[in-house]
Amino acid sequence: MAIGLDLAALALGLALASALASTLTVRAPRLLRLLVLPLFGLAGAAAVAAGLVALVQGEVATAVLPLGLPWLPWQVRLDALSGFFLALIGVVTFAVGLYGPAYVRGFERGRDPLPVLGGFAGLFLAGMLLVVLADDAFLFMVAWEVMSLSSYFLVVFHHDNAANRRAAFLYLLMAHVGGLAILLGYGVLASFGGGFAFEAMRAAPLSFGWASVAFSLAFLGFGMKAGLVPLHAWLPEAHPVAPSHISALMSGVMLKVAVYGFIRFVFDLIGEVHWQWGVAVTAVGSLSALLGVLYALVQNDLKRLLAYSSVENLGIIFIGLGLALVFQGTGNSLLGTLAFVAALYHAINHALFKGLLFFGAGAILHSTHERDLDQMGGLLRRMPWTGLFFLVGALSISALPPFNGFVSEWLTFQAALQAWQLESGVLRSLIPIAAAMLALTGALAAACFVKVYGVAFLGQARSRHVRRARQVPIGMRAGQGVLAFLCLLFGVLPTAVVDLIEAVPRQILGQGLPEATAHGWLWLTPVAPATASYGAPLIALVLLVLALLAVWAARRGTLRRARRCDPWDCGFAPPGARMQYTATAFAQPLRRVFALLFRIDERVERREDGSLRHRLTVGDRAWGLFYAPVARAVESAAARIVRLQSGNVRIYLGWTLSTLLVLLWIIS
Amino acid sequence: MDYLLNVSTWGLALLQALLFAALAPLLVGWVRKVKAWLQNRRGAPLLQPYRDLYKLLGKEVRVAHTASILFRAAPYVVFIATWLAASAVPLVAVALPTAAIADIIVLVGLLALARFFLALAGMDVGTAFGGMGASREMLVSALAEPAMLMAVFTLAMTAHSTNLASVVDAQLAGGLVLRPSYLFALGALVLVALAETGRIPVDNPATHLELTMIHEAMILEYSGRHLALMEWAAQVKLLLYGVLIANIFLPWGIAASLAPADLAVGLAAILLKLLALGAALALAETVLAKMRLFRAPAFLNLALLLALLGLLGHVILEVGA
Repeated sequence: MAIGLDLAALALGLALASALASTLTVRAPRLLRLLVLPLFGLAGAAAVAAGLVALVQGEVATAVLPLGLPWLPWQVRLDALSGFFLALIGVVTFAVGLYGPAYVRGFERGRDPLPVLGGFAGLFLAGMLLVVLADDAFLFMVAWEVMSLSSYFLVVFHHDNAANRRAAFLYLLMAHVGGLAILLGYGVLASFGGGFAFEAMRAAPLSFGWASVAFSLAFLGFGMKAGLVPLHAWLPEAHPVAPSHISALMSGVMLKVAVYGFIRFVFDLIGEVHWQWGVAVTAVGSLSALLGVLYALVQNDLKRLLAYSSVENLGIIFIGLGLALVFQGTGNSLLGTLAFVAALYHAINHALFKGLLFFGAGAILHSTHERDLDQMGGLLRRMPWTGLFFLVGALSISALPPFNGFVSEWLTFQAALQAWQLESGVLRSLIPIAAAMLALTGALAAACFVKVYGVAFLGQARSRHVRRARQVPIGMRAGQGVLAFLCLLFGVLPTAVVDLIEAVPRQILGQGLPEATAHGWLWLTPVAPATASYGAPLIALVLLVLALLAVWAARRGTLRRARRCDPWDCGFAPPGARMQYTATAFAQPLRRVFALLFRIDERVERREDGSLRHRLTVGDRAWGLFYAPVARAVESAAARIVRLQSGNVRIYLGWTLSTLLVLLWIIS
Repeated sequence: MDYLLNVSTWGLALLQALLFAALAPLLVGWVRKVKAWLQNRRGAPLLQPYRDLYKLLGKEVRVAHTASILFRAAPYVVFIATWLAASAVPLVAVALPTAAIADIIVLVGLLALARFFLALAGMDVGTAFGGMGASREMLVSALAEPAMLMAVFTLAMTAHSTNLASVVDAQLAGGLVLRPSYLFALGALVLVALAETGRIPVDNPATHLELTMIHEAMILEYSGRHLALMEWAAQVKLLLYGVLIANIFLPWGIAASLAPADLAVGLAAILLKLLALGAALALAETVLAKMRLFRAPAFLNLALLLALLGLLGHVILEVGA
């Protein structure tokens, strides 16, 4: 029974041990890859085991930690929802354990402080594990802050660069604004429930108004952490500057912890849900998905592009959660469960393929020191394994069958298409529009990853150092390989995955999806066989058999022969690397079509020697619309408040005294 | 779902899939022939596309020095994915097990898979034209896909199913009623089909060296059997959209049972429908001129608007239907 909790405690202990062990790397940098990161990976494996146990058993295990405040001991709890997210955290962590050692080897001779990298990574993991396990708001917030703070130190790891410090500060600032909102949300629940324990909050009687206040605060706080538009500004700044295996954790896993928090708060703690919330969540999710992918499309920095694509995928997850709220709130609990499962499925898919893609970006960075797509090219022939795994990631994230991204988007579509069962005509027409935005998002994501893969891995190298790229070490390939294999597995065997995930809605919503897997492991039938079915294993099998036949045929006799020649290119001079389409050129038509949504600054400058220079910057509208006014307001307020600062100590003491007096007056 | 375990239905499904691949060049030949008649030419024989494919299949393959393994794998992936998508569409009979493997969203996904590899293959050799074609293809498809899915959603909301066989069944059971939502959806789907299969006014299938081309630019470097597979896949895709339009909006005649007589009627019916549809396409291509690329978004926005109108029309006018 409590074996799941024991395993979770083991994972936590290993994470802390990894953090502790990294203090030793001051003297021996090699320990980071020989001891610290293997411990980290083991913690991940233990977390996966704990999560699977919780999912399979479907029971709730609780414990009280001998820590905390005297009247408020910290409580932990492992149920199906925690188990699902434990497993999700664990999978990527395990892969990081494989990938990291070879990746950090390059840092050993640098000036970067390795104990910071290993120590805060361990604390970061421990924080995430504790967030998922916490059973009272106090422990939750402490763990949440541990997670946010330790990841701040990881973002600022390469602190020589001023832009990195700025990104990290923005991250810290927004993490705390979000944390404050979450704290206030818990405050509302705690004041009605009479305690900080989640058990008390669940029983809290809430009016619609107060429940909506709590919901809004939670949506704001968790949405900020999850990077939903327009609160995503920190994300594309912070993810690219961290070391790549940390980026994989932050993007693949930490954003999911925010999703966990949202689910725990809204579906579990508030209790009764209302469809109006669902409309808001679906709208914000759709907007995030669309804007995220559009901004990703115009990026040329590979890691920045992946970060924007996380905004998109979190948007898709929140579309699923929003649909679940709408259906739950209107009493269609079976459909609510379907949308909920779709969101969870996409959460784990995104963890897998985004982790994989960040690993790929890290592998490119490792062997070429390049993040700019317009300098890459032809990497497939120099790094075939990375090329293969990255292709799997690109196909998965573009939601193409038979890979995993497709299954979750398909489930989301199926949930949206059941909107005809709703009473309200407005909802009935709004939900399919959200589905159409999801379709546009999927198509644009495919365009985005054709661009990434085509420009980085295909064609010819656009710079000399990329031409000298080499295969990355076996550990890095293994880390990518594990995630790539899981991407395929989760795409081909959706019924098994849905069977496993089903434990979560069964516990949270009190209902499973009995029909989805009722027709054997071959067919996924979310509602009923006549409504929709998807035989993923058969599609994969047919693709495989036909491909093998084609290979077999192509190996025989005359068919095998293929003479090499120069590219034809309509008979022009032999094409050079500079004649290829660049990433900027590839995105130009779409950038032009969606010009309204970007802040584009494009101009041709004539330089002194008479030559022309074309300059193009594409920015994020959110900055001008939301952040610049806030920043201006803060600055003008600061300009007024600064007058208080006279430099005279007596006047400061006077201010302090009067503040104290006012406070005393308020309290009494 | 008892028909899933029946060997003979699987055999018929396989036959239908083979028929799909076999008929595809004929439709292209027919469209070209009608187009030639309309332009006062005699035109190439009806079976010319078959001869072209046969000739290409026998020819030696030339591959650029700069091409990677993906270049050689892409034609197979493109053809197999397109063909697999086609085999899920009811061509002659409805109640075949392949319809349960893939519903229409999976079908769109498989076509997207083919397109993904097509675009990558265009960028692989590293020439100027390939990247241009890939970039434009992704532009057109990114705008066409939501319109396509919206049109499909209109049907799915009426039939309460995304399974193509169920949609056709619902349409047959409903009898000949005029649904405004279906008319709008049909309009949207026709526009999407023109864009997705690379026909005039979005792309021109007849020219090779035109700067505005999309599909041809991507396969410029292909030769021999690779080119044959790419061309064949494009033909299958055209037939797929034709059958989709013919059998979803006008499903009458399609074999509801697997009796030989029904199947014969079904085959004759679909051939007649495709004959008419092909002639209409040829007429449209003769009358219309190709648009420049940045007019295509407006064209596809019209498709999206039609699909949206269809959906709203369904919600507002046909509630409870």
